[in-house]
Amino acid sequence: MIVETTHGSLTFCSIEPGSGLDSTLERPPANALGRIEASGLRGRGGAGFPTSLKWDLAIKSPGENKYVICNADEGEPGTFKDRVILSDFADLVFEGMTIGAFVIGAKRGIVYLRGEYAYLRSHLETVLRRRRAQNLLGKKIRGRDGFDFDIEIRMGAGAYVCGEETALIESLEGQRGEPRNRPPFPIDTGYLGNPTIVNNVETFAWVVCILAKGAKWFNSIGTKKSTGLKLFSVSGDCSQPGVYEFPMGITVAELLKEVGGEGAKAVQVGGAAGQCVPAAQFERTIAYEDVPTGGSVIVFGPDRDMLRVAENFLEFFADESCGQCTPCREGTPKLIEGVKMLQQGRCSMHYIHELCSLGETMQLASKCGLGQMAPNAFLSIVEHFQDEILGRIGK
Amino acid sequence: MLVTEQERLRSNLVKMTDRFGRDRSALMPILQELKRTRYHISEYSMQVIADLLDIHPVEVSSVVSFYSFLEDKPQGQFVIRLCRTIACDMNGAGNVARQLENDLGVEFGETTPDGKFTLGWANCLGMCDQGPAMLVNEKIYTQVTPEKVHSILEECRSTFGVHATVDKERC
Repeated sequence: MIVETTHGSLTFCSIEPGSGLDSTLERPPANALGRIEASGLRGRGGAGFPTSLKWDLAIKSPGENKYVICNADEGEPGTFKDRVILSDFADLVFEGMTIGAFVIGAKRGIVYLRGEYAYLRSHLETVLRRRRAQNLLGKKIRGRDGFDFDIEIRMGAGAYVCGEETALIESLEGQRGEPRNRPPFPIDTGYLGNPTIVNNVETFAWVVCILAKGAKWFNSIGTKKSTGLKLFSVSGDCSQPGVYEFPMGITVAELLKEVGGEGAKAVQVGGAAGQCVPAAQFERTIAYEDVPTGGSVIVFGPDRDMLRVAENFLEFFADESCGQCTPCREGTPKLIEGVKMLQQGRCSMHYIHELCSLGETMQLASKCGLGQMAPNAFLSIVEHFQDEILGRIGK
Repeated sequence: MLVTEQERLRSNLVKMTDRFGRDRSALMPILQELKRTRYHISEYSMQVIADLLDIHPVEVSSVVSFYSFLEDKPQGQFVIRLCRTIACDMNGAGNVARQLENDLGVEFGETTPDGKFTLGWANCLGMCDQGPAMLVNEKIYTQVTPEKVHSILEECRSTFGVHATVDKERC
């Protein structure tokens, strides 16, 4: 029923399940960590925190009950690559988690699956059962004494903010999904107060590829600060939407050519929380040091109304704000009001400046990433599309 | 609620705590199971859950009010959630929304008087390349058009008998 639309061949297809784990278990945990560090892998959820550093901090954090959590709360508008990975390459994700457990010394893992993906659960449970039968999970994994690890699946319940790692942990603990103040970070005070690593679905899958194919293979691709390959979820006004694997550092123009989106007037990179790149800047690169993304690429054709885009994103944030801190809770509706004024053609330049300064305040003063990112799309649309949004003849 | 009905609900909840545990971290799985089998998280059930987990009922209520998939109002047997995020919006989710309202005779946020359908919005369902997308309970529909709405609703109506029996057994 679900049409998978992956384009080209993915590296994940060429990895034999079990291969990454076996090569890890042959050597001490520090060896695997060293190889991940050498690969330069950074978090594929979008924030880009170095994976090896996160794991190293969790190793050093004292505690008996460490946890490995897979963040499968893929809620960023325009992102669907984790759904494809979980459908087609669940083995790699669970294997990456098992490697994570071996490296940091964890006994339990949790996949936090978003409520919208509940239809994937039975498939994932089947894969878990098979892995237990193959001794890739459970007690004495691959005959190794003292290495016990198992994974359970827990469901989200329709809250975008739970993709933020501390909100995710709150939700697992049976609380409202409100982000915590950081520090302390989950690597020392995570699930039930234990050291916890929270990584994206895709990050775990790449860990397996790196250990199977070597760090050198991975870091020879991409840019110096953003190594390796990345899955992109492409949607919007292009002839070939779907999931693609591209090297990090690809320019927006190159990407558009691959997906049949030439002639676009703008591209939203990084989802609602990302930024809107106008045609004049299509030579910019998609990488952590330039335009970062968790994989979401939404193409806007020449006829799209950019104010409608800004309005849609802001409505999204207004709906998903947890309401805990004032800049996010109160700021987003104010920006929506501003967009409505612009749509009616009743907004002075002075007021636009006020709105932008409110947006900057939200970026600085909001407690978590959601509020800090909420004004991004609005600010970049106001910056790049003034000729389109000013002086409209409203209805 | 009839006393016998209350007792049945209580014993179901006790069974759920046996399965998921009585720690605070069991709260979400219990609420999700309750919602799935009874379509309703009532005040009474929140009180019972609070007693079983030894927490204040307001704690349960505050969790229920936070998550959009947990509702304290009775829900229809089929909860329809249409994606309203940008890619689906650009692919014509607005027209699908209008036709859903027309065919069901209710607006977004409402439940049909026969208790079968609840109509609501969802934020990004992760089907952006195949929009407009729509979730009916746990089943995903992609590339939905206004013409397809009627047949999807009919499909739900015709499976309703089976659906209801299965759920009674589960309860």
